[in-house]
Amino acid sequence: MLSDYHFIGVFVLVAIAFPFLALGIAWLLRPKKPNPVKTAIYECGLETIGDAWVRFRAQYYIYALIFVAFDVEAVFLFPWAVAYHRVGLWALAEVFLFLGILTIGLVYAWRKGALRWQ
Amino acid sequence: MDWVTDFWIPVIKAIVVVLALLVGGAYMTWGERKLCARFQVRYGPNRAGPFGILQPLADAVKAIFKEEIVPHHVDKAIYLMSPGISFAAVLITFAVIPFGPQIDLLGRQIGLWIGDLQVGLLYLLAIAGLGSYGIVLGGWSSNNKYSLLGALRATAQMISYELPMGLALLSVVVLAGTLNLNRIVDFQGQWPLIVWQPLGFLIFFIAILAESNRSPFDLPETENELISGFMTEYGGIKFALYFIAEYTAMVVNSAIVATLFLGGWKWPAVLSNLHPLAGVALFLAKVLVVLFLYVWVRASCPRVRYDKFMRFCWKFLMPLAWVNLAVTAVIVALI
Repeated sequence: MLSDYHFIGVFVLVAIAFPFLALGIAWLLRPKKPNPVKTAIYECGLETIGDAWVRFRAQYYIYALIFVAFDVEAVFLFPWAVAYHRVGLWALAEVFLFLGILTIGLVYAWRKGALRWQ
Repeated sequence: MDWVTDFWIPVIKAIVVVLALLVGGAYMTWGERKLCARFQVRYGPNRAGPFGILQPLADAVKAIFKEEIVPHHVDKAIYLMSPGISFAAVLITFAVIPFGPQIDLLGRQIGLWIGDLQVGLLYLLAIAGLGSYGIVLGGWSSNNKYSLLGALRATAQMISYELPMGLALLSVVVLAGTLNLNRIVDFQGQWPLIVWQPLGFLIFFIAILAESNRSPFDLPETENELISGFMTEYGGIKFALYFIAEYTAMVVNSAIVATLFLGGWKWPAVLSNLHPLAGVALFLAKVLVVLFLYVWVRASCPRVRYDKFMRFCWKFLMPLAWVNLAVTAVIVALI
């Protein structure tokens, strides 16, 4: 007997095959007559200056860092939430402590200006 | 003989569900254009077939026959792959959502879901996170400044709004006590979870608007400043894949909302007990209601400025989701 994970595996294969099938069919049917002007990088009527693969602002990176901290928090909270009916009040107090520490973290990031978009 | 049916049933089920999602996504493009037009006192598409219902088909044929243009500065392999990743990730998300009860078909018990995982909700969160890869890689590999900006915005907003989304889901888990989506639907036999979690529903709905880059949070693809953002360099079928990925994502997200907050196929039980297919119809009706909400929001709200949008997530929505979770936990402990 196959388990549910196998069914999902089959579904994943079909789902991945589908877009690439569409790309393949289009590749067979469509015309292809490139010329340098057509394949130029899009810009508003001008020639592009330089690559787009350059350094960009660090704010995105800071958001990613804070995100990792709080996402790991969510991972810790899921098992707690599932077992919540069984573990009772003591676990509730512990989670409040945990959330309290994280709130301090958020307040710290807030005060440091990490959440401000200049 | 038996392993043959064991093998073919999941394959057929997978193909049927993928096709249904595809048609759903395609018709969502039609539905949105039609509804948006009505909101603005226009007609919308009405040339291809009665009420323009053949419009998605015409669009698909057009996209397939469009000329292939691969700009010469792109990172070619990633550039070609990204729309596919985007679309596949959306389809895969649907795998754990139950869209009906178990039915008797040709003497076999067939559950109307792909897989009944114990960790269904975690699966949803994990795969929903994959969707951002398609957008980020596509925007980065295009080697276009607009695309890069769009991709960066998309990443920042998708990871930011994943946090309130996860916290809203945690409140659901605290109430239902399980991650299995079938159990969560069973839990809602009496009352849908939106009754206990109105705030959770609201937070979750706002978060999925941001996750699927929908107006008023469509900052990665703002037409007037970024010229479609991460999709700028995409044309033909590749653009069509991105486009349908977005609309299929709306359908899948609506299915998630319907399952988690609106009682899935089960509520109200009086109706879903009539016939197995009544449950499916109920589920579809709820999905359509949420999809209408999507379009309604788009037709009503102007786009939010990016810094305000990020501030709203981190300084308002996340603390709110925290408080919602804490209050839910306390109330469950008291009862």
